[in-house]
Amino acid sequence: MLTSGYVLGAAAEGGLHFNGGDIIFQLVMFIILLALVKKFAWGPLMGIMKEREQLIANEISAAEASRAEAGKLLEEQRELLKTSRTEAGQLIENAKKQGEAQREDIISAARAEAERLKESAKREIVQEKEKAVAALRDQVSSLSVLIASKVIEKELSEADQEKLINEYLQEAGEER
Amino acid sequence: MNHGAPIVEFMGLYFNLANIMMITIASLIVFILAVVSTRRLELKPTGIQNFTEWVMDFVKGIINSTMDWNTGGRFLILGMTLIMYIFVSNMLGLPFSIIVGHDLWWKSPTADPVITMTLAVMVMGLTHYYGVKMKGAKGYAKGYFEPMGFMFPLKIVEEFANTLTLGLRLYGNIYAGEILLGLLAGLATSGYANGFGSGIAGTLGAIVPMLAWQGFSVFVGTIQAFIFTMLTMVFISHKVSQDH
Repeated sequence: MLTSGYVLGAAAEGGLHFNGGDIIFQLVMFIILLALVKKFAWGPLMGIMKEREQLIANEISAAEASRAEAGKLLEEQRELLKTSRTEAGQLIENAKKQGEAQREDIISAARAEAERLKESAKREIVQEKEKAVAALRDQVSSLSVLIASKVIEKELSEADQEKLINEYLQEAGEER
Repeated sequence: MNHGAPIVEFMGLYFNLANIMMITIASLIVFILAVVSTRRLELKPTGIQNFTEWVMDFVKGIINSTMDWNTGGRFLILGMTLIMYIFVSNMLGLPFSIIVGHDLWWKSPTADPVITMTLAVMVMGLTHYYGVKMKGAKGYAKGYFEPMGFMFPLKIVEEFANTLTLGLRLYGNIYAGEILLGLLAGLATSGYANGFGSGIAGTLGAIVPMLAWQGFSVFVGTIQAFIFTMLTMVFISHKVSQDH
């Protein structure tokens, strides 16, 4: 009994019966179990795992897309900054140039004005000088007539004459 | 350790009622475990759902290590059910065994060669079925003559040897574990028949090896569940992969 029990296992115990019922029962139970857990447990579990996979994949692609967009925006902003920077440089340059030109203009205008003023002053001086010379000439001629008439009026010594001339000359100088 | 089994005859077939009961219990436990762990499924897994997902990933790993996922994906549910059913079955016999009269009622269902051989034959039947289904009858038959024609007899022997070893490996490991546990339990209790002193000595002597062997049996039961599933996938991949 002991030997047969070990050799043939539990199947053969209690008489040499072959437990066909166990086989069928095990098979049927396993298939039922398989169907049940597939329907109620593993199926939904696999579904949720797949769903999670999908979610993660979606998240990753979304993140990639937003990253690409951010990169594009950054590039755009950089481009914009560059153009505005060059524009600002150009503006400054233009302003500088304009200022330079204006300065030149102002300086040349001032120079011209000064030149003109100098010129007119010179002309005025010349005019005045001429006027003065003419007046002097007039005076001198009237004086010499006067002197001549005085000389003729009285016969004078040479010393008196000299004295007289000096006197008149002085007079003429004072009048001036 | 040679207890009888509660066998009844019904419609010409012999049923071992202990096996029937334990199969039912194991199946129920697996079913309840599976359903409870997937009752409230969330995208962010918590608690027992995490564990079940880990098991599923583990089985996925087994399948991926033997064949590519396109052909192997359909065996995921089979692998999950197998590994959990065998694991639960192996664990059932560990905490105690119940003997009513001379009949052994509570044990691991996998400690019976009829049960393990049923599982093994079922798995081998599946491999042949999927072999024909996925490679065609011609491709399936050709598999027996590769890599060379004279391998044919060896291949035939291999099929039977695979089936036999697949079932008996599991049975042997679990049955041996239960026998030793039974012996140790006997050592712990039977001394009291002769007197209190010898009873205490037997109990003290049995405690440490009992603990060690139960721990080892848990390990063996886990490993055997893994091996059975692994070999199932290996045999299936032999039959269904194109490069074999």
